[in-house]
Amino acid sequence: MSKPLLQVRNLTTKFGNGPGAVTAVNNVSFDVDAGETLAIVGESGSGKSVTALSILQLVPDPPGRITGGEIVFDGIDLTKLNEDEMRAIRGNRIAMIFQEPMTSLNPSLTIGLQIGEPINLHKRLPWQKAYDKAKELLDRVRMPDARSRLANHPHQFSGGMRQRIMIAMALACQPKLIIADEPTTALDVTVQAQILELLKELTRETGSALILITHDLGVVARYADRVCVMYGGKIIETASALDLYAKPLHPYTRGLMASIPRLDQPAGLRLVPIKGQPPNLAQLPPGCSFNPRCGEVAERCRRDVPELMKADDKHMHACWMAPHV
Amino acid sequence: MRGYILRRVLALIPTLIFASLIVFVTIRLMPGNIIDLMLSQNDVSASKQTREQLEAALGLDTPMYVQYFKWLGALVFKGSLGNSLWTNTPVMDEILHRLPITFELGIMALLVSLVVGIPIGVYAALKQDTIGDYILRTFSILALAIPGFWLGTLVMVFPSIWWGWSPSVRFIPFSQDPIGHLLQLALPALILGKAFSAITMRLTRTLMLEVMRQDYIRTAKAKGLSVGTIVMRHALRNALIPVITLVGLQAGALIGGAVILEQIFVIPGMGLLLLEAVGSRDYPTITGVFLVFGVAIVFINLLVDLSYGFLDPKVRNR
Repeated sequence: MSKPLLQVRNLTTKFGNGPGAVTAVNNVSFDVDAGETLAIVGESGSGKSVTALSILQLVPDPPGRITGGEIVFDGIDLTKLNEDEMRAIRGNRIAMIFQEPMTSLNPSLTIGLQIGEPINLHKRLPWQKAYDKAKELLDRVRMPDARSRLANHPHQFSGGMRQRIMIAMALACQPKLIIADEPTTALDVTVQAQILELLKELTRETGSALILITHDLGVVARYADRVCVMYGGKIIETASALDLYAKPLHPYTRGLMASIPRLDQPAGLRLVPIKGQPPNLAQLPPGCSFNPRCGEVAERCRRDVPELMKADDKHMHACWMAPHV
Repeated sequence: MRGYILRRVLALIPTLIFASLIVFVTIRLMPGNIIDLMLSQNDVSASKQTREQLEAALGLDTPMYVQYFKWLGALVFKGSLGNSLWTNTPVMDEILHRLPITFELGIMALLVSLVVGIPIGVYAALKQDTIGDYILRTFSILALAIPGFWLGTLVMVFPSIWWGWSPSVRFIPFSQDPIGHLLQLALPALILGKAFSAITMRLTRTLMLEVMRQDYIRTAKAKGLSVGTIVMRHALRNALIPVITLVGLQAGALIGGAVILEQIFVIPGMGLLLLEAVGSRDYPTITGVFLVFGVAIVFINLLVDLSYGFLDPKVRNR
């Protein structure tokens, strides 16, 4: 098998200094193959967005900084690049789509300029050609009347349309990897599905790999090839999407599954929430971070930190109790 | 848009009537009236008869409201601001002669403040909490705290003591010597723009810090744009809208500052005209100058409001 497109190894990202520092991403490793869709799932504060920003080296510094690990993209370790070399990758070979389409576009610039910008910058096309490309991209994200809308400003579009613009912008330079950080969280449910379908379809056409960050396991089941589940800044389970649904091994993953409604459940069954609160990253409990909320907690869970263990070839988990349950 | 401008200009009329009324009345209530001044200068023994003759000649013998309506009528129907009580020349001519000079001084001061304030503000924001930021912020407080009249006086006095050089007290018209003219205005413009540039710098810094935290700046970074492009194309435009508002609000302060600096540097603009007129109790000149200042301030603010349309597409599309 060829090398993965992206290899993240032991990535650690901290916020702040000294004893008050918070480890938002703690020793995280995962791979993304060319063309595949990897979902990163977790609650707010689980470190999934910081992981995404770390890949593009966009963690606000100060206070955040990557303190360890490697991010190897297409054979290059991104953590070793300087700012200029990194800029040549951003928007060009790795593009990002953000959560808030309402605020992620510049209110005072036309969308034609905003979509054409990376083309003008990275492909060195003159503005007129970049605008032509922008028009094609708007057609591809199914923006009606694309030519005349190039001159419009963001406030003249709905949330769903703005997210289409963000997608067009991300696709502009045919990146090998697109990172979508909760691309549909701020949208209406009906629009969510449209946007995800579009994203999936376009990445399939272009062969771009997709990292889909979400807290919605329903999204994962439908759109992801593989899944990483994050909790307290760590990956606690990773498997193919099918495997994860068939036999979730970590109690947290099972808790997440039990807390969403499923069509194949008997009617009248109540949803089971995960009790307790997501952990405070500044004061993680000893041992497994999930132990205060875990229903299957054992002596060892309060003492030793579990690292990722192999259940089988493609399925890994970080739970001392998993093999027995 | 044309309707909007028309409405704004019409709204100007009651404002100016009210302002002129206040000026008209208060100036006449000032102690030391013009008749006393004229009589003392000419060394005429102030008999009651001469006083009355002089009052009648100057049109000051009628009740104040009659004088006001006469003045207003002349303004509305003849476009006249009356004649100077001392020289009997039309006030309008004098003002039209002086206005360009003050206007020039104000524009130069404004340019100084923007050219200095905006780049420094951007720099301080990008280098937030570094040594450079602290030094620039300290200097801005200093620039705000030093009064313009004091600095103006120092500039007049010390170079002449140290180097035997002092700014020309004879006015150089642009048509005679353009460079000498601009150089003559440069010093007062620098001093006038100084405090305003400090305010501009502080406001720009704050707004840039705010804008640079916005999501769309993160989007711009994720596209691979350089800091320079992000600032120039994405940030500055959004940060500058309130700075433009400040320009309008500061117009009054700028005019007030010009009055003082024209006096110090002996520049024959509106400020000097006003000071001389107040000193000699030349009522029509004072009222005329204030009226023109009022019109200027209102029009500057109208221009500011119209400029939002160019900077903010949400306003433009309305």
